[in-house]
Amino acid sequence: MQYTGIIDEHKAVRSRAGVFDVSHMGRLYVTGPGSASALRSVLTYKVDQLAPGEAHYALLCDEDGSVLDDLFVYRIEDERFLVVNNAANASVGRERIEAALGSDASLDDRQTTTVMLALQGPDARETLAAILGSREVLDLKPRRCGEFEYSSSTLFAARTGYTGEDGLELVLANEPAAKLLRQLVDAGVTPCGLGARDTLRLEAALPLYGADLDATTTPWEAGIGFAVTLDDGAEFAGRAALAASKEAELDRTLACLQATGRGIMRAGCPVLHGGQTRASMSSGGFSPMLGVSVGMAYLPPRLADVGTELEVDVRGKHLTATVVPRPFYRRKKAT
Amino acid sequence: MNIPTELRYTKEHEWIRAEGDIGTIGITDYAQDQLGDIVYLDLPAVGAPLTQNDKLGEIESVKAVSDLYAPVSGEVLEVNTEAVDQPEAVNEEPYGKGWLIRVRLSDASELDAMLTNEAYDELIVREMEEHSD
Repeated sequence: MQYTGIIDEHKAVRSRAGVFDVSHMGRLYVTGPGSASALRSVLTYKVDQLAPGEAHYALLCDEDGSVLDDLFVYRIEDERFLVVNNAANASVGRERIEAALGSDASLDDRQTTTVMLALQGPDARETLAAILGSREVLDLKPRRCGEFEYSSSTLFAARTGYTGEDGLELVLANEPAAKLLRQLVDAGVTPCGLGARDTLRLEAALPLYGADLDATTTPWEAGIGFAVTLDDGAEFAGRAALAASKEAELDRTLACLQATGRGIMRAGCPVLHGGQTRASMSSGGFSPMLGVSVGMAYLPPRLADVGTELEVDVRGKHLTATVVPRPFYRRKKAT
Repeated sequence: MNIPTELRYTKEHEWIRAEGDIGTIGITDYAQDQLGDIVYLDLPAVGAPLTQNDKLGEIESVKAVSDLYAPVSGEVLEVNTEAVDQPEAVNEEPYGKGWLIRVRLSDASELDAMLTNEAYDELIVREMEEHSD
């Protein structure tokens, strides 16, 4: 397969459609009458209240509230869930979920027996509908999922993604996946690598676990409080600690920085204000849509106001950067 | 991979085109291909002295940053400001409009120790074999 280059791939996703093989992501299927309550007991979001066909972002926390992983939960049917978690943390998630399961639920790890494709971009859904020969998939609203038929097998499709663009994430068996990938590329969809996945998620200011999120960050300072439900009466791992950290005053917040000149801010670059190092970039890189470097850093709240000027030390050279609204790039509203 | 016969090369994937005591310096087609989309060039100022094998600047792609090394000693006569403004020129024409700097050589005999096109070709074949392991 021919990959063209990160910037071309990135722009293809923003303007048409691109496809990524994201099979490295974990795929855990949890089924049975006890699946909803078991998942609720280890995840921060009220996943037991999702309607069949709905999906939501959630966190997996330790008892002390530290974030062990971030993940997406899809309620395919009333008693059947798909949990998509990070490759690096896949075993932690599986262990925690497995430990929470009673005799009335079971877990099936399908990371090696299925392929996951992210089909992203404004043309993504129309392209898949044409291949499936059915407009059903176009009825999926944002954060909804369903199962469709492709090549005499089941195709899971969800209107979610990690690019800030409209699109779908697909899970299917290995053999039909190879065929679907060929059909997508033949239909003009650009095959994209993980380099473009990173520039796209950075432009959309979507946090990456291990960079912008880890065991030392709280959901409140990361700006992902929407992944946590504290008021549904449910007990879950880390609930008490998260309730306490929510009440406390933030001493830092994840801010978006845009460079004003040339030079590329990268993860780990020190961020200075008034000659003092105040933070280090948690993520950074080049934004193909803006044509400059962008990145994120946990800043003291008084330095995180939009318009604040900071300096970023890029291998000894000081680059001026401005705090800008989150995200860096927002797609035009889909209909 | 394009490796023009009339140029001399370094192990660090720079090339030089020498005409008398004037040399034009850039990075090779192989180097730009390995780096991917180039988005930033940090080059020395006109008049800056260069010492052979010392770092002269940086080249940065979406993926990574790499150091540039001086193939020869001398003085910077000209910087390709068009490539600084549009670094994708280095991807498009690494031996043409994507040249980086022009220098006055202080010791033309340094060129003799540089790689010929054949020697550079062997070098990148070895590198590609290592990468494919």
